[in-house]
Amino acid sequence: MSKNRKGIEVSIGAADAVAMADVDVIAAYPITPQTHIVEHLSEVVARGDLDAEYIPVESEHSAMSVCCGASAVGARTFTCTSSQGLALMNEIVFIAPCMRLPIVMILANRSLSGPLSIWNDHSDVMSIRDCGWIQVFTENGQEAFDHVFFAFRVGESPDVSLPVIVNMDGFILTHVIEAIEYWTPEMVRQYLPEFKPVNRLHPDKPVTMGAFGMPNIFTEAKMAQNEALLDSKEEILKAWKEMGDITGRYYKPVETYHAEDAETVFLTMGSLSETVSIVVDQLRARGEKVGQIRLRLWRPFPFEELRNEVKHVKSIIVLDRAISYGGPGGPVAGEIRAALYSEKNKPLVTNFVAGLAGRDVTVNNYIDMYEKTQKLAGSRVRQEDYTIYGVRE
Amino acid sequence: MIEIRLHGRGGQGAVTSAELLALAAIQEGKYAQAFPSFGPERRGAPVVSFCRIDDEPIRLRTNITNPDLVMVLDPSVLRLVNVLSGLKEDGILVTNTKYSGEQIRKELGIFHSLGTVNATKIAQEELGVPITNTTMLGSLLKARQIVDPDSLIEPLKKRFRRVVERNIRAFKRAYEETIVIPKQG
Repeated sequence: MSKNRKGIEVSIGAADAVAMADVDVIAAYPITPQTHIVEHLSEVVARGDLDAEYIPVESEHSAMSVCCGASAVGARTFTCTSSQGLALMNEIVFIAPCMRLPIVMILANRSLSGPLSIWNDHSDVMSIRDCGWIQVFTENGQEAFDHVFFAFRVGESPDVSLPVIVNMDGFILTHVIEAIEYWTPEMVRQYLPEFKPVNRLHPDKPVTMGAFGMPNIFTEAKMAQNEALLDSKEEILKAWKEMGDITGRYYKPVETYHAEDAETVFLTMGSLSETVSIVVDQLRARGEKVGQIRLRLWRPFPFEELRNEVKHVKSIIVLDRAISYGGPGGPVAGEIRAALYSEKNKPLVTNFVAGLAGRDVTVNNYIDMYEKTQKLAGSRVRQEDYTIYGVRE
Repeated sequence: MIEIRLHGRGGQGAVTSAELLALAAIQEGKYAQAFPSFGPERRGAPVVSFCRIDDEPIRLRTNITNPDLVMVLDPSVLRLVNVLSGLKEDGILVTNTKYSGEQIRKELGIFHSLGTVNATKIAQEELGVPITNTTMLGSLLKARQIVDPDSLIEPLKKRFRRVVERNIRAFKRAYEETIVIPKQG
């Protein structure tokens, strides 16, 4: 057994990764909704084990403001939040990518209140779907740990220079103790170069950042921002490849499980994916041609990879962890349907919204979804059709 | 895979017990998960925590509804909560109680294998407080050796530092004093 394998709470593991990445500034609002991630980092900094500024601000709005300032002067910058915290941070979240500030944020996904809730779903991240950050999803503690290094590496790359959100499910991941294979300091050195910003605020070479965008330049600025996000894909793929070469764990924008010859696939994001892989095993044992597509890269959206993986598929069951009220069901299903609209052979896309605010979604629930979907074969499912699963009556 | 559900009251260390068990298993090279029943923390209220242990990576991330083992840290919870909910037929209930296994079996009307120990008494005598998390772990391992009892020593040392010796004593005493009666019929 490797000596770097540790039993640890996933939040603490992720915080250790942030410390190992030798972050310079951490700004966070330290109470609810927050995780042990920044609590642990505050202890590491207070003990003197990490030479960084830990700035406990009075709100998440200030946390992201501080992050923008710190990143603008060239500091490696980190923050972390959830649900209402992200909502309060919202105004500044949209500014960071336009200013090309490679801040890294772990979003411990939790539901947005109304009714008041603290539990896990994806309503927080889906509320900022179009914020312009690179966004990835992780399924377990190891992936969360690995993606801290990935996020700094990709975001800070001079060709990218964009902020990155690492999504990890609140509670289901943040509060679980499991085994994580820690990187050695040598691996971190090899993978993550020193942050050298393309532009930074410095008195010796004054520049203007975050300036007014008059109508004659705003469109161009937005186009440039969008191009930057689209172009980041190249560095994302490179960073995953190199991580694989170092750790043996190769990540991809769209990952699959028994999808090659599947007629029906579940499409999942985040920690429910692991449970669904068990469902695939069980249904395969019954002789059903079932597989799984796991969407890891949410922005920039991996259109090409997705289309390639579902070319031969007849039916896709999309799991959503949030509702687009009055819209086309879940935000993920909407994207999948859009991505496949131009395809000649469109698979049937059914959409289940499940696991809202911590509602357990069991193996049997997924099997039930599969069986319900099989009955729909040959029928017409409209773009906007969806089922909110497991509603008690 | 072995699935364990732990019942206690907030503040008694049901979550810590699950953690220690998972850490011991991971130390043995196994895979494990420990997690609380997510929600606001409430001292004194009945709480549940969970632990999974396997030789293979664990992909299941749901609550545990059909446990192999149920461990009860506080005798009063036995009457408040259906601790037996979903317990497998050949599963084991391990409980803190001053009564005998036969008495508990009769009271709950169950056929399952049963491990009993007066953990509150042991904890009072060894630790000076009625916190039964480490004590009940000794009892659990007597009922079924999910991990080597020695594998718990390192996690106990890391967790309890100054009071580690007393916790180890309580753990070992419970291991010795637990009586396990087999499944009926």
